[in-house]
Amino acid sequence: MAQIKLSNLRHSYMPAPKGPEDYALKEIDVTWRDGGAYALLGPSGCGKSTLLNIISGLLTPSEGQILFDDRDVTALPPDQRNIAQVFQFPVIYDTMTVGENLAFPLKNRGVDPATIKRRVDEIAEMLDVTDMLSTRASGLSPDNKQKISMGRGLVRDDVNAVMFDEPLTVIDPHLKWKLRSKLKELHQRVKATMIYVTHDQTEALTFADEVVVMQEGEVVQIGTPVELFDRPQHTFVGHFIGSPGMNVLPCEAKGDRAVFEGHEVMLEGPTHGDGGRTDLGIRPEYVGFGDTGIPAHVTKVSDIGRHYVVSAMVGNTALKAVTEHSVPEPGSQVYLQFKPEQSRVYRDGWIATEERS
Amino acid sequence: MRTENQKAWFFVLPVLALVAFNALVPMMTVVNYSVQETFGNNQFFWEGLGWFEQILRSDRFQAALGRQFLFTFLILLIEVPLGIIVALSMPRKGFWVPVCLVLMALPMLIPWNVVGSMWNIFTLPKIGLLGYFLNDVLGINYDMTQQPLSAWITVVVMDVWHWTSLVVLLCYAGLVSIPDAYYQAAKIDGASPWSVFRYIQLPKMKTVLTIAVLLRFMDSFNIYTEPFVLTGGGPGNSTTLLSIDLVKIALGQFDLGPAAAMSLIYFAITLLVSWVFYTLMTKDDAQ
Repeated sequence: MAQIKLSNLRHSYMPAPKGPEDYALKEIDVTWRDGGAYALLGPSGCGKSTLLNIISGLLTPSEGQILFDDRDVTALPPDQRNIAQVFQFPVIYDTMTVGENLAFPLKNRGVDPATIKRRVDEIAEMLDVTDMLSTRASGLSPDNKQKISMGRGLVRDDVNAVMFDEPLTVIDPHLKWKLRSKLKELHQRVKATMIYVTHDQTEALTFADEVVVMQEGEVVQIGTPVELFDRPQHTFVGHFIGSPGMNVLPCEAKGDRAVFEGHEVMLEGPTHGDGGRTDLGIRPEYVGFGDTGIPAHVTKVSDIGRHYVVSAMVGNTALKAVTEHSVPEPGSQVYLQFKPEQSRVYRDGWIATEERS
Repeated sequence: MRTENQKAWFFVLPVLALVAFNALVPMMTVVNYSVQETFGNNQFFWEGLGWFEQILRSDRFQAALGRQFLFTFLILLIEVPLGIIVALSMPRKGFWVPVCLVLMALPMLIPWNVVGSMWNIFTLPKIGLLGYFLNDVLGINYDMTQQPLSAWITVVVMDVWHWTSLVVLLCYAGLVSIPDAYYQAAKIDGASPWSVFRYIQLPKMKTVLTIAVLLRFMDSFNIYTEPFVLTGGGPGNSTTLLSIDLVKIALGQFDLGPAAAMSLIYFAITLLVSWVFYTLMTKDDAQ
């Protein structure tokens, strides 16, 4: 087990990258605590799988270093880094039994048979696959195959980190939930550093203690699920996390107020910086209805079970609000109230207001 | 609710009629010849299983059958491992992939009798490039028209040259279907190159390899044109394989009865060995 530190990491798939647009990863500086559960969250093509492959050693970065407990492992091949990786599609050795599959990484490292047996039994018990140990692995269902792939990673007790590359993609929805809680449980039992790559916010937020949100090869925010939800550092985070995502409304910034479609909105605190494009960011959860406020025209109301999502137009700008009761009729005129401590201004995408202490 | 009916059989009838016309009926004439003796004038005399007994007991047939098995055994022994090795060393992506594929496909595009002629001219001792090179430059006494061993080596090498590509292309198709994740997982699991071959590549190639072995067995067991053009079965009878012998009996000596009996035995052996191969190679899948 180890602390993982990425320092000034950059990677390009091109032999001679010129501008920043040629880089799949631009300037990554992250430190991951020993034994933590982390998620790398971002849309397809944001560089999260590249980053994962660099950590596991399948790729060598163009620039920068990877440190495991301050030991530079940048040049080491995967099998010498003591990491485990679970792939999107379950990788199992078809001709072997479940037990042989689990024993394979240990056998390759010349571990003695008694230890192999003990570790395999332990892991099989943890994964609830003890009764399958002597069956051929090729006939298993996708979720069991994925469990075996995980097991091959966990069977070694010297793993520095276990990495998951969208491991639940091919799993049926009703089993996803089960496998996810299994993972969480495993993390608590084996205490290895776990890094989980996904584009699914639910998976990321339920699995991880801390989520790293990536966009176009950059880390835009690192935080606990609550931090990401409550105070997104970037409009991308606000929009990507949450359902529906944060409203990003073009506005003008004036001190601790924003002017949006001619209406003044109180912000969480004073804005800083100037120039650039300014947007008002507020989550639909913090948009309320009242007798006074910003006049809006309701265009659509969707019942999504737990609550209602109200789509409305303020002038020419569309926004969404979430409410549990007092649902307005589509077509009606309403007054919206923005919660000041949850209203922020973003300058060129990045947060530009200070929290009032 | 049962909605079964027997209508589907009617749709099979045209195919059945066609197959009967072009395969079953001609086949039956062979069966017909194999149990009768004829002296021309369409006069037939019942022979029973006499021809079969005569063929099976004849030294000539047994020798040809022996040569046939030896030939097939040798070319499978060389072509299958060689094909796998070549397929493993071909690039998976990039500029050289189409180049390699075209080069591999080329020998298979050449007609069989042309291959025979090419190798004949290539290996003739005085005028052939290879024959001249071996004899006059390297000083190796090589003459496929006179020495049985030289003839055998030439016939086998010619077949390897012509047909290894088939094994290569089939294996390559199996190899490129393996997702990268398998190799990455193997790296992380610390697998040796041999383990990667044994537990990832070989199992993924198994299906295509079964097809390759079956095709190569059937083709080589029934081979006629190439060795006939190259050596004509000689020197002596040393490269007279089953099909060459069969043609000699049927068209050279015009012994239609024995030839028909021999064809049926030949066919039965091909079928039986193919079945054994197939059963052995696919028996794990049933588990």
